[in-house]
Amino acid sequence: MELSFYLIQLLNGIQFGFLLFLVASGLTLVFGIMDVINLAHGSFYMIGAYLAYWLTGIFGNLFLGILLAIPLAIAIGMAVEKLAIAYVYKKGHLHQVLLTYALILIFDEMQRFLWGNDSHSVDVPNLLSGSIPLTDIQVYPVYRLFISAVCIIIGIGMFYVIQKTKLGMRIRAGASNNEMVQALGINIERLFSIVFSLGVALAAFAGMIAVPVDSLYPGMGDNILIISLVVVVIGGIGSIKGAFVGAMIIGVSSIFGKTLLPDMASVIVYAMMAAILIWRPKGLFQAI
Amino acid sequence: MSKFGKNEMTRRDFVKTASTALAVTAVSGIVPTFAIGGTAKVKVGVLLPFTGTYAMLGTHILAAMKLRIAQNGDKLGGREVEFIVIDSEADVSKSTQHTNKLIKKEAVDFLVGPVHSGIGMNMARMVKGKKVIMIVPNAGANQITGEFCAPNIFRTSFSSWQTAYPAGDAMLKAGHKKVALMYFNYAFGKQTAAAFKESFIPGGGEIVADMPTPFPKGEFQSYFTKVAALKPDAVFTFYSGGVAIKFMKDYAAAGFQGKIPLWGTFLTEGTSHKAGSASEGILTTLHYSSELENATNVKFKKDFKGATGDEADVFAIQGFDTGSLMIQGMDAVKGDTGATEALTKAMNSSKIDSPRGMFSFSKANHPIQDIYLREVKGGLNKVVGVAAKALEDPAIGCKA
Amino acid sequence: MLKITKPVWVFLFFALGLTLAFPLFGEPFYIELLTNIMIIAIFAMSLDLLVGFTGLVSLGHAAFFGIGAYCLAIFFGQSDQFSLWAALPVCLTGAALAAVIIGLISIRTSGVYFIMLTLAFAQMFYYFFFESKHFNGDDGIFMLAKPEVKLGSLQLMDLGNEVTFYYFTLGIMVAVFLFLIMIIRAPFGQVITGICVNEQRVRSLGYATQRYKFVSFVIAGTLAGLAGFLEAAHSGFITPSYLSWHESGAILVVLILGGLGTLYGPIIGAVVLVLLEDFLPDLTDHWKVLLGGIIILIVLFLPNGVSSLSGKLFRRKIFTASKPQR
Repeated sequence: MELSFYLIQLLNGIQFGFLLFLVASGLTLVFGIMDVINLAHGSFYMIGAYLAYWLTGIFGNLFLGILLAIPLAIAIGMAVEKLAIAYVYKKGHLHQVLLTYALILIFDEMQRFLWGNDSHSVDVPNLLSGSIPLTDIQVYPVYRLFISAVCIIIGIGMFYVIQKTKLGMRIRAGASNNEMVQALGINIERLFSIVFSLGVALAAFAGMIAVPVDSLYPGMGDNILIISLVVVVIGGIGSIKGAFVGAMIIGVSSIFGKTLLPDMASVIVYAMMAAILIWRPKGLFQAI
Repeated sequence: MSKFGKNEMTRRDFVKTASTALAVTAVSGIVPTFAIGGTAKVKVGVLLPFTGTYAMLGTHILAAMKLRIAQNGDKLGGREVEFIVIDSEADVSKSTQHTNKLIKKEAVDFLVGPVHSGIGMNMARMVKGKKVIMIVPNAGANQITGEFCAPNIFRTSFSSWQTAYPAGDAMLKAGHKKVALMYFNYAFGKQTAAAFKESFIPGGGEIVADMPTPFPKGEFQSYFTKVAALKPDAVFTFYSGGVAIKFMKDYAAAGFQGKIPLWGTFLTEGTSHKAGSASEGILTTLHYSSELENATNVKFKKDFKGATGDEADVFAIQGFDTGSLMIQGMDAVKGDTGATEALTKAMNSSKIDSPRGMFSFSKANHPIQDIYLREVKGGLNKVVGVAAKALEDPAIGCKA
Repeated sequence: MLKITKPVWVFLFFALGLTLAFPLFGEPFYIELLTNIMIIAIFAMSLDLLVGFTGLVSLGHAAFFGIGAYCLAIFFGQSDQFSLWAALPVCLTGAALAAVIIGLISIRTSGVYFIMLTLAFAQMFYYFFFESKHFNGDDGIFMLAKPEVKLGSLQLMDLGNEVTFYYFTLGIMVAVFLFLIMIIRAPFGQVITGICVNEQRVRSLGYATQRYKFVSFVIAGTLAGLAGFLEAAHSGFITPSYLSWHESGAILVVLILGGLGTLYGPIIGAVVLVLLEDFLPDLTDHWKVLLGGIIILIVLFLPNGVSSLSGKLFRRKIFTASKPQR
């Protein structure tokens, strides 16, 4: 295989890594700051994707669809937080696992009810449907570059918010020492609400922009959830930097695994996680 | 789900109506009994998916089967028919319980199902050697009429071997020597790939890349990168349903359409018109095309549309033929479901006038049928030839 | 601490008597259903040792269930018959080995990490069986072999017979129940229940808590393997979906439905969940919404499970135990 093959696969892996990063960064914040295990996080990826699919179908434009889907997704996320998850903040992990497991059952079934069981897809918007010729037959789709670019912008924005703003300071404080934040008189409920909504927004947005490249299918939220959990565990719970590094490791290795060792593709990802955890039981990075 | 599926009686409703009906006939004292058959009604257990990835398939199969039996005056061998319907979902681990419910609790005479291959093998294992007659209206796992074959297990659909084996020869004939494979990494996909290799490699073909992709994901970028790097003469695939649409569109978007010919089996079935121009020119091998012009097919398409509002597809005709098979068998024994041996013999020797063309059954109770070569033109699966005439599944491992 | 009050014992004996008599009048379908329930109950009891008594929330317990089942199907499934005496120890060892490997890595962590690690390892085994070429992938494995129980040349029982298998499973379930009571009342059990309530304190008393947690993890995994073994021997069919995290989640649901840290709760939970799964689909196609709703209601309003409904049967607070250690 030529060098160009490996370079393009690397590009594919990085692009997948960026999407994973969006999902995993929300997950790691919710774990790290709220100490809540939220298995329904993947469902928000699915909800985002299906909302975008639905609204794009109505308005005929993906960007307009996404624009309208974001507030809807956040609203759903906030409702879930207020109506269900808020009740188990203090109840321990077992109850959180069960509650969010039940939420997955409900969301998955709602998806089947509303959009049926077959896979769906959305066309790449015309504006970005082109591709860049690399070799005589090898091309790289513009839309995938667009995804990566958007993710980079969001990543930088997140870095700025967390490092430079007052909210970011609170988030950082919450991730490293929960009790201190409360002692300082910060409204922890509001902080939780904001963090949870932020996580939902990131996951749902990842689902939305991924719609034209990934297909929509029942149970899609579960797949992304498990792989994001792996990313979070590798990176270290509560660490945005860890989520980024973890997402890149998993993104790139799963793409190469798929094409070079297809029989073992999924096992490789988990074996890698085990190896990293034997080396570092608490993941690669400290919180934030 | 189509509107037809929504009107389906639930299992509980069925049991209720059935018992009321029985009570009524009992009172009026006209309960004809048969040797072992017992009650007046023939019990047909149906284990098909009405939710899950295969919901549409189950709905079409059941609708077409009922259509066929309705054409026969709603009777099998002169007896009224009672359907007991269970939703199999796509959940293999529940199939044992579901099957038990039908064969032990309900004691059905016929068991129709399933769509899913894994469930099919489990059911076949459970009914083997029992009195109930199982008819598989879709599930294509080779083993069902292979290792698990039995006199009381029939299939009216296809085997993964039967649909893919002819493609190897057809692709060689078309001059494709170096081929890349892409298929869902689950049992049916793997069997399809294996059957393809069985004819393609001995014929002088070379597999340059063998790429199973995770089920049911539809993200192919990294695989296409590999295809572009290898530049094969053609690509052979197994995908179906919504993912097949996505596959064809992505394939075209990657710039391969017209440069690297695309082949498959179920790829364009029910999906060609939805993929738009991306499906143009794709070649597939299958045991049916809705474009076949025989009289049975023309009539069936019209009747099915009238009954359900949906277009006929390969799954519907399999359900239709399941109905035909039961009718022929039950007519031969005049409705005596107790005469199991005579009944299964009659079913095995029946000739089915199917929308796919006439077909008969092999020793393993699997259709001996033509496999058509189809090409998408204007969004339709036009038949461009017969890839294999009267092809019989080898039924590997069948000892019955 | 495990407390089984007198009324509960009376109830349990009554239920046992009923179960013993059931095959005399029950339909074959319900005999099979009850066998299933008992297998699930054994599986859930094994998890109770881990979650209810040791305070370790595992979201990957189905891995051991699946490994026990696959072990039987792979090593013994393809001949005509297999000897129970050979198969059972091999498969229990297989499940125990998997528990040792997963345990060694995950026991070093706690809280959210532990949950996610067990989940991820279970997924690894799931994909291993799903993608591997040798074990039929998602088609699963069909067992042709029937179990054989012989002493010398004397056949002790015919497990191919549905009713015999029913009593066999019942016997094992009772044995597992008594075995777990025994180890929980033993000094070992005192330590792990201590860990469940307050690990720091137990450690400060000089116990190597890690080692106790590890042993508890391995015992739980082995017993889950036993349940998987029974499932494979009973249904003769095994697929990767037995290892999926949905199964791990479902068995946690069984546990919480019945009541944690009670040992008889899992049995009640198994009955409730299997009956719910049998009954709810008759109401609506989208019955999983109802199931999800029921789980949420139980989590919010009946955190000690159905068995706590009867009032003062037991008084325990286990949920404080899974607090994170920072």
